Amino acid sequence: MSANLSAILYLVSGVLFILALRGLSSPETSRQGNLFGIIGMVIAVVVTFLSVGNFSSGFIYVLIFLAVGGSIGAFIAYRIPMTAMPELVAGFHSLVGLAAVFVAISAFMNPAAFNLGTPGNIKLASLIEMAIGAAVGAITFSGSVIAFLKLQGIMSGAPITFKGQHLLNALLLILIVILTIYLCSTQSSNLFWTLIAVSFLIGFLIIIPIGGADMPVVISMLNSYSGWAAAGIGFTLENTALIITGALVGSSGAILSYIMCKGMNRSFFNVILGGFGATDQTSENQNKEQRPVKSGNADDAAFLMKNASSVIIVPGYGMAVAQAQHALREMVDTLKKNDIKVSYAIHPVAGRMPGHMNVLLAEANVPYDEVFELEEINNDFANADVAFVIGANDVTNPVAKTDPQSPIYGMPVLDVEKCKSVLFVKRSLSPGYAGIDNDLFYKENTLMLFADAKKMTEDITKNL
Amino acid sequence: MEIDPFIFRLSIFILSIFVGYYVVWSVTPSLHTPLMSVTNAISSVIIVGAIIAALSGGDGVVFSSSSIYGFLAIILAAVNIFGGFLVTQRMLAMYKKKKKDK
Repeated sequence: MSANLSAILYLVSGVLFILALRGLSSPETSRQGNLFGIIGMVIAVVVTFLSVGNFSSGFIYVLIFLAVGGSIGAFIAYRIPMTAMPELVAGFHSLVGLAAVFVAISAFMNPAAFNLGTPGNIKLASLIEMAIGAAVGAITFSGSVIAFLKLQGIMSGAPITFKGQHLLNALLLILIVILTIYLCSTQSSNLFWTLIAVSFLIGFLIIIPIGGADMPVVISMLNSYSGWAAAGIGFTLENTALIITGALVGSSGAILSYIMCKGMNRSFFNVILGGFGATDQTSENQNKEQRPVKSGNADDAAFLMKNASSVIIVPGYGMAVAQAQHALREMVDTLKKNDIKVSYAIHPVAGRMPGHMNVLLAEANVPYDEVFELEEINNDFANADVAFVIGANDVTNPVAKTDPQSPIYGMPVLDVEKCKSVLFVKRSLSPGYAGIDNDLFYKENTLMLFADAKKMTEDITKNL
Repeated sequence: MEIDPFIFRLSIFILSIFVGYYVVWSVTPSLHTPLMSVTNAISSVIIVGAIIAALSGGDGVVFSSSSIYGFLAIILAAVNIFGGFLVTQRMLAMYKKKKKDK
């Protein structure tokens, strides 16, 4: 296949990837978009086979490895519970990062296969692109592994901080630049390996100080990194499909990070520099005095909801942990049979990744036109009879609007307290991830339901 | 004077960032999770580089020190491609509109 023809086909596959993202603008077009993405991928792979044109025994092995990886991927995709999507995505990011590192290593060891020169005499521009691809890929890999471990609960979600952390990171970043410069002048493979090792270390160090509740930002950020790594390799390989994709994914991740940061009213650097839980000790201590709380049982909750004409459900990460989405939908079905209007309110940072709650509700067969974003629904709380908060906490805390001293002050929150009554399902009075008390617990119109989210929801359904 | 092909690639890169910017802002927030899984899948188009690396051994030599990295990258990317697209498909199939007769 001629180089020009394959370049055009790579361009076609890049355009199909753009259409794949474009399809996600609405659920109706999204499935078609995914199909475009698959076609684009098939084109890219087939064109690569044809342009290499080497159908010797190596080709058979390529197909075998492809089939092995593909079956593992397909198996995971079918088996993974929807509640584990954040872990899955973090795990997948790490694979993209590592694949970028491997491709860069291979290109460094055998540049002739990629038309980049000979070992020890690689074109300068290619060497820089390779180094960037490898470094970003390595950071993506180790960072995603840490994110995965934290999300899986294998590693504590608490931020790990130590003195001189930022200084160390800064020094390592400078070291990477110096290594790259020396690599370009000496072409030494030892420097290349050192560069990769230092990058692995940086990825590890920048993610360990970030706490569990900041995971939506971390995942989006690593998403972005995996894109930039792909783009770096794309420049090395002079491949348009990779460059386009890398740019798309890179900007997509960056936008998601921005949306998540805005949802928490924190600057990107504030999140990255980490240690949210660690800085809030003072405010936690101030609120230690006991205040009266009204608590109730499933019967009280059922009574309140039965007499309501409209109910707004506010789901959060706790719902995912308790796997309560199906029980919740059953409760809502019963409410609807009694002609009660029900809608769902989703905060941008509810859950552990962007859009996490929407997927869980979709899994439980909740129609997506009953699910609303913060801006769409926030005014409706004042007219609703009951707000049912299940597994959410910080995103409903009115302190964010009233107390400038609070660490979450200024964060957009759901105006749950404006409802006539609030039902708050929670296992205990313990504060959320921000480490601060929720004023909502002590409001006159709040009824606390202390129980596991799933069990409580089932009990309420029985009592309705 | 001839223009360096690098400049063309850079132009594609910069323009794609802008395309990505506008396209992603138009993605509805309820589909942000599928967005992440699909971007994951498409960024595994890096498999293109992995295939070239794996087939670089030349005649008779399938596994050289450099091609092994290619093969490893093929597995990783393939996990991602199949896993990413299929899990996206699975998620998107769940998004349903309200049924009128309920």
